[in-house]
Amino acid sequence: MSQTDPIGNDGPPRQLAAPPLITVRKLSLAIHGAPILNEIDLAIQPGAVTALVGESGSGKSMTALALMGLLPGGSTTTGQALFDGSDLLTLSERAWLGLRGDDIAMIFQEPMTALNPVHTIGAQVAEPLRLCGIRRAEAARIARDRLDRVGLSHVPLDRYPHELSGGQRQRVCIAMAIARRPRLLIADEPTTALDVTTQAEILSLLRSLVDDEGMALLLITHDLGVVAGMADHVAVMERGCIVESDRTEALFRGHRHPYTAALLAASRPPPHTPRPPDGTAILEARDLRRTYGAVTAVDGVSFTLHRGESLGLVGESGCGKSTLTRALLGLEPLQGGSVTFDGTPGGQSMTRRQRARISVVFQDPYGSFNPRWTVRRIVQEPFHLTGKPRDADAQAARALTEVGLTTADLEKYPHEFSGGQRQRIAIARALITKPQVLVLDEAVSALDVRVRAQVLALLSELQDRLGLSYLFISHDLTVVRAICDRVLVMQGGRIVEQGAIDKVFEAPAAAYTRRLIDAAPRIPAEWLAARNTPAATG
Amino acid sequence: MVRSLLSRILSLSVSLVVASMVIFLMLQAVPGDPAAFMLGLNAQPDTIAALRADLGLEGSLGQRYLTWVKGMLAGDFGQSYTYRVPVADLVVDRIGVSAPLAVYALILSVVLAVPIGLIAASRRGGAADWGMMGATQLGIAIPNFWFAMLLVLVFAVKLRWVSAGGFPGWSDPLAAIKALTLPAIALALPQASILARVLRSAVLDTLDQDYIRTARAKGLSQRATVVRHALRNAAIPVLTILGLQFSFLLAGAIIIENVFFLPGLGRLIFQGITQRDLIVVQSVTMLLVFAVICVTFLVELTYLLADPRLRRR
Repeated sequence: MSQTDPIGNDGPPRQLAAPPLITVRKLSLAIHGAPILNEIDLAIQPGAVTALVGESGSGKSMTALALMGLLPGGSTTTGQALFDGSDLLTLSERAWLGLRGDDIAMIFQEPMTALNPVHTIGAQVAEPLRLCGIRRAEAARIARDRLDRVGLSHVPLDRYPHELSGGQRQRVCIAMAIARRPRLLIADEPTTALDVTTQAEILSLLRSLVDDEGMALLLITHDLGVVAGMADHVAVMERGCIVESDRTEALFRGHRHPYTAALLAASRPPPHTPRPPDGTAILEARDLRRTYGAVTAVDGVSFTLHRGESLGLVGESGCGKSTLTRALLGLEPLQGGSVTFDGTPGGQSMTRRQRARISVVFQDPYGSFNPRWTVRRIVQEPFHLTGKPRDADAQAARALTEVGLTTADLEKYPHEFSGGQRQRIAIARALITKPQVLVLDEAVSALDVRVRAQVLALLSELQDRLGLSYLFISHDLTVVRAICDRVLVMQGGRIVEQGAIDKVFEAPAAAYTRRLIDAAPRIPAEWLAARNTPAATG
Repeated sequence: MVRSLLSRILSLSVSLVVASMVIFLMLQAVPGDPAAFMLGLNAQPDTIAALRADLGLEGSLGQRYLTWVKGMLAGDFGQSYTYRVPVADLVVDRIGVSAPLAVYALILSVVLAVPIGLIAASRRGGAADWGMMGATQLGIAIPNFWFAMLLVLVFAVKLRWVSAGGFPGWSDPLAAIKALTLPAIALALPQASILARVLRSAVLDTLDQDYIRTARAKGLSQRATVVRHALRNAAIPVLTILGLQFSFLLAGAIIIENVFFLPGLGRLIFQGITQRDLIVVQSVTMLLVFAVICVTFLVELTYLLADPRLRRR
């Protein structure tokens, strides 16, 4: 581990003059003997945003839980985390009860599940207030005030979480966390599960809370774009160590550690050079329409996917991407329009043999396999469409080697693989029936940036070698830019813009596309211009 | 919400009608003459004819079904052949024992199960958890009639705190409750064991949820988190089991009623079967089906109270 100054003495900016609110010194953590954190040094300044960046498993969340006194059972810590002169690591549970939610509060990644489904949002925001003895009516008044502050003035207190959108729920979580005006707010990947425009709103809300209320924010994220736009100070974590830390701009301009460089490179995959279109259509949608009662999910969508082409489909949640995808795969009936797949009727009228030629890879590398099946069985499953060939085992082995795994992996079970490896298995499964079209439904969204870069490189290589056509569905514009030849932008069930990738990104015609592009967090070009960052490890 | 309730009531009514048809057909339309069956092998033809008239066995199947249903709706369940009294009177007497016994056992079961389940869940893997789960395993494994006899031996024969059996009636409520106590305990033990295990696993499932972490981050103690946030979310599987248990306790207490000589519904139906009193069997079965369907409906109502997400459908 390289020891860099946690406070960033390269020239303190405006906020950093004040003494730190929390000073972490040589914090080490082991859970049941397994080392998780290794001598972390970190200073969290009041009225500033400190970002903790790193990939999954790097120890970011555990650092946060240590500062909340919520480490899992079997944890042992050494070192110090000084707050108001007392060491947080040695506090009794009783002392913690007075601190949690009062001085230190936290919001989490998944707003859909972070709220209790059986209590109203008013009760949940008021709960931390009631805990410190505030009367019910007064607590409700403060809850109303906090909800107004986070931009939910139009939402009544008696709503239940399931009646709100993801962005609204995250606002409720923030309202709950700031109910007692904590001095430190820890936000663990607060916008990872949200759309870009919602992400931009939530981030600007968090920033304004820091600026207006002088609160300290510890922002945990894997997204360097978010860090660049938000943080005053950054610490980069790798495998339980802080490898580098500095003021944000200084870190981006002058990072020294190879891990930081690799992260930076991987988080900005180079824009894809579009291939000249082949011209023959493999998948054609004409005026597709799908309604659920009064809701029109897909409203007159038409597009063509050419042979060997990568077509991106971007849009926010609820825009109809998933319904459209399901309709193309024949998993959803259509009320109007037609799908043509390789010259014959597609969608629900596909035969089993046709279905074998259009495969799909889903987002969640953890949820999309049966945990009790071997990789062999998982990869061979699509053969039920075509009948199991004699050399099924050889084909499964070949599919695995094609995605960069080995034949020995056939006998293993899904839990023995990392997220990136699982997504490779999912791709192998999709390839086994020798499809012509691969539908990639948020296929790299759950992966860490470096793994994402590897999977993107694999997809690109497979496409060249096997002549595949991709329909690439994503909310992440950077990723779409890195792999697609053309892009469809979807809003409210309609395609609002489509065209060549550089044209859409550089000169968007639709206002909605422009809004999406503007909302995507990015690292200022001049911060990176000075350096040549090494390429991502692929 | 009102619409979903109405549709539930409608579907439950349909199941009630279907159940009544099945019961009616099983007992009336099976091959052979119910009257001859009831009277045994040596019955005289004129006795059988008289009973046939008594039973309302004349007329077409449809007519007989309608007469039976109409009678029940008017509170007339027919005449018991063996007891020579209206079935309704018999049933009312027996419900006076069975329903309080079922409620008593259910209350005991909940009172035992909730703390056991909660403590075991919040100390997962600890000594308390192991001990309690071992005890509930035993509670499920021990046959309740054996446990009932053990209770009689200890509390009635040895200690003489209560009588060994019988039911004094509700004229003296205290004596009645006292008489029902041992049977209720014997009935509650296995039910409480099952309930505690279900509650434990339901609470453990909810303790893994993100909102529990949120609650802890808000500053709630572990105990307050379990009580305020985990318990209500764990309620649905527990309520389901409770509903099933109540239905079982109402009629499934035959063995316990026999051990304690209690004149309950279980015994009535058992006697009805052995004495071939088909009218009693048919009416009491129908009544039990009705009770089970009502309990199911009540359980579904409590789902709606427990989980606001279900109210929208």
